[in-house]
Amino acid sequence: MKHSHILLAHGSGGSMMHELIREVFLPAFDNPYLRRGNDQAVFDPPAGRIAFTTDSYVVQPLFFPGACIGDLAVHGTINDLAVGGAMPLGLSVGMIIEEGLEVDTLRRVVNAMRDAALTAGVPLVTGDTKVVERGSCDKLFINTSGVGVIRDGVNIDGASARPGDVVLLSGAIGAHGVAVLSERKGMHFATPVRSDSRPLHRLVAAMLDVSTQVHVMRDPTRGGVGTTLNEIAAQSAVGIEIDEAALPISAEVQGACDLLGLDPLFLANEGALLAIVPEQHAAAMLAAMRGREEGREACMIGRVTDSYPGIVRMRTGIGGTRVIPMLTGEVLPRIC
Amino acid sequence: MSVLAAFRDSERAAPILERIRARNTGPVSLMEFCGGHTVAIFRSGIRSVMPGNVRMLSGPGCPVCVTSNADLDRAAALAKMPNVLLATYGDMLKVPGSKESLAEVKAQGYPVHIVYSTLDALRLAQEHPDKQVVFFAIGFETTAPAAAAAVLQARAQGLSNFSICSVMKLTIPGARALLDMGEVRVHGVIGPGHVSSIIGADAWRFLPEQYGLPVAISGFEPLDLLAAVDALLEMIEGGKPGLSNGYTRIVKAEGNRKAWGAVNAVFERGTATWRGFGEIPESGLLLREEYAAFDADRRFQPEVAASSEHPACRCGEVLRGVVEPPDCEVYGTVCTPDHPLGPCMVSSEGSCAAYFHFHQGAARPH
Repeated sequence: MKHSHILLAHGSGGSMMHELIREVFLPAFDNPYLRRGNDQAVFDPPAGRIAFTTDSYVVQPLFFPGACIGDLAVHGTINDLAVGGAMPLGLSVGMIIEEGLEVDTLRRVVNAMRDAALTAGVPLVTGDTKVVERGSCDKLFINTSGVGVIRDGVNIDGASARPGDVVLLSGAIGAHGVAVLSERKGMHFATPVRSDSRPLHRLVAAMLDVSTQVHVMRDPTRGGVGTTLNEIAAQSAVGIEIDEAALPISAEVQGACDLLGLDPLFLANEGALLAIVPEQHAAAMLAAMRGREEGREACMIGRVTDSYPGIVRMRTGIGGTRVIPMLTGEVLPRIC
Repeated sequence: MSVLAAFRDSERAAPILERIRARNTGPVSLMEFCGGHTVAIFRSGIRSVMPGNVRMLSGPGCPVCVTSNADLDRAAALAKMPNVLLATYGDMLKVPGSKESLAEVKAQGYPVHIVYSTLDALRLAQEHPDKQVVFFAIGFETTAPAAAAAVLQARAQGLSNFSICSVMKLTIPGARALLDMGEVRVHGVIGPGHVSSIIGADAWRFLPEQYGLPVAISGFEPLDLLAAVDALLEMIEGGKPGLSNGYTRIVKAEGNRKAWGAVNAVFERGTATWRGFGEIPESGLLLREEYAAFDADRRFQPEVAASSEHPACRCGEVLRGVVEPPDCEVYGTVCTPDHPLGPCMVSSEGSCAAYFHFHQGAARPH
């Protein structure tokens, strides 16, 4: 690239945009779909049902311990497909770049996306770039959309939780929220907390291999486990009771939360999932989850009940009970 | 097990709970003065494990909540003055004033910045030499030392664009006012942890000595609070009101003399207006004459119309412990954390917000 910073002309559709695509995007994302240079990626229709999702990433700062906006944009959309039981076929990438962004910064993000896509085995099949005037966006916003295919017999739905089901959680919570917040506030802990950003589709595949009878699955991103459980309780019109002592929270995350007055139940995660499954499948599914790195700390955290529909309650460490509310207001703006 | 985990451990909690249930005190009401305690009590489910004879009451210890509308209106007026940048804590933003909240003032384009401490506000002043940075200082004895330090630093650095609008308050005159009103029958007091780390546990000896009330200074972990309740019940049972300090890992009898010394060097006591209480003499921290240059009120002399409160809001009575949040007609229906009528529903330490979020059977948004 001739320039060290992105200029408005890099989004003009003209020769400078082609230079940006040729020198930054294509070498990183190279795959047969992109190489054709068309305005769309073309697939043969796969067997099974199609899942389609989209998400936009406006995290600030762009880089934080354990990941950056690029990893997040790839993992987040893969995970939105995965928790519907879909295996991702490919992602689109839309980038909105603020005039003046360093080309090196863009390269770092693009390379992180490349690595994340390669590791996940999910190609970035089509894309778009816009450059907006300085001040019109904050450095870099990314949108990714994804298409995936759902195997036969899988019917995951937020309204499908049934009394008697159990609630499984794939791993420790709160790390992403703490990683972003501590980076933003310039707080550096003795043991830095790293984002848990990672793809979950292979974990989901391992779970569905045990049984297709997963009733509900969600990745508790913004709003955290507390808000996600409330959404499920409302959608399924059931009560959910979780056990505080069973929640996997690392000592580092708990310490940071105590210091900052945060509740790990409401911090974002980018590499954890909640699954609500019939009790008879729980043990085998937990064993399958623990067989994978991203599910190593999987555990059962609670149960679904027909008492108090729409409400999530927690049995506290000292044996009391309290309601887990939905997150209100903005606790941590722009962390994903 | 880590030290903190030990303070949340059910096995350690069980014997304390057994003692609490075995105490022969008859019906008692215990009040926590500190908003942080209110939240910790709800979060850990302590109310749900108390025996029927022990009633927990929340007091006036949420600094956002006791800030009067007149003071809030003054902050809004300051934010609208030419070239002023108002800095304050995030919890303050959504509190509805007489006409508007600071969030609404901000949305109109006036610069209102959220900061985490007074020293962040001082940094804003250093970074924006062309702006007049005004820190809207709320809080009790816990936050006052940082405010004092900021003023001392600003003077040492010769900063002419930093000032504070102090509506900081003192907990002990507030506690006395509440007890002197005699509206609520309280049998014991859970003394604030962080406030006491500054002013010292001994500052609360007036409760047993002058009011015959036992006081137990507590930390914020579930076991701290259970132990404080047990200490209060033991003193009530034995008829020997005294001072118990269970938070010795933080609170000394004499407090933090250096921090408190800085507060007293920069601030003097004056009359303050508390929501729900009105004017309480000697309960406010006002800048001393020699630091008048850092007093935003004197520097800008904002003009403020007469203040008013929403007629349906019962925050004042909630703060005095006279009513519990669900007793208020608008609680959870018209007044919610997203659409608050009063500060107790907004602040993270507010009683109404704690009830709304954590209490079983509370009105829910869906």
